[in-house]
Amino acid sequence: MIRPSRNHAGWWAALAHRLSGLALAVFLPLHFLALGTALAGADALDRFLELTGSPLVKIAETGIVLALAVHLALGLRVLHVEFLPRPESRTRAIVAGCFGAGVAVTLLFLLNLTA
Amino acid sequence: MTARLFMLQRGSAAVLALAVLVHLATIIIAVRGGLTAGEILGRTSGNLGWFAFYTVFVFAAAIHAPIGLRTILREWTGWRGRFCDAVMVVFAVSLLVLGLRATWAVYAA
Repeated sequence: MIRPSRNHAGWWAALAHRLSGLALAVFLPLHFLALGTALAGADALDRFLELTGSPLVKIAETGIVLALAVHLALGLRVLHVEFLPRPESRTRAIVAGCFGAGVAVTLLFLLNLTA
Repeated sequence: MTARLFMLQRGSAAVLALAVLVHLATIIIAVRGGLTAGEILGRTSGNLGWFAFYTVFVFAAAIHAPIGLRTILREWTGWRGRFCDAVMVVFAVSLLVLGLRATWAVYAA
């Protein structure tokens, strides 16, 4: 049975915010190392980018774009809740909007990825 | 979280909010037709605007990620104390160095 404290949009928002942040923290050093290969010239970067043709890498890329977009949307909500004077009303709708915005951005990415 | 870490976390979040919006738009446009070094470096190489943007982006991320990770570690694993904080400082410095190195790599290419 789901605990009452977890049956709340704010709880799910906090969980998704954390998990997406964790994924980004793991990804970030790898992202920087990958871009750093350009120090050895464009060919070195291109050799690395060849990996992005693999379906598995495309799935991982899509996941990280989803994490980034969801983390951004939920992070804006945190700033709104903490810094704007009016308390948040309609938490469920706002959290749903955050997830929706994240998914929409990811779908836009996928459309272009496969274009 | 101390008041100073809280303000650093939220301040960097405000900078990142703008930077990530720009970054997501760039990703969505850049990924069309596949990623190539020529296309990425053609945009960034020698461009001071992108260099300044990514430098700010890297600083904000290097502040934001370790503070968030520290909170998660403290609350989910109970790991806290000076050693945990020291590891987070090493993580922050590593992100900063690797990030600035990447920023330089795509600017100087």
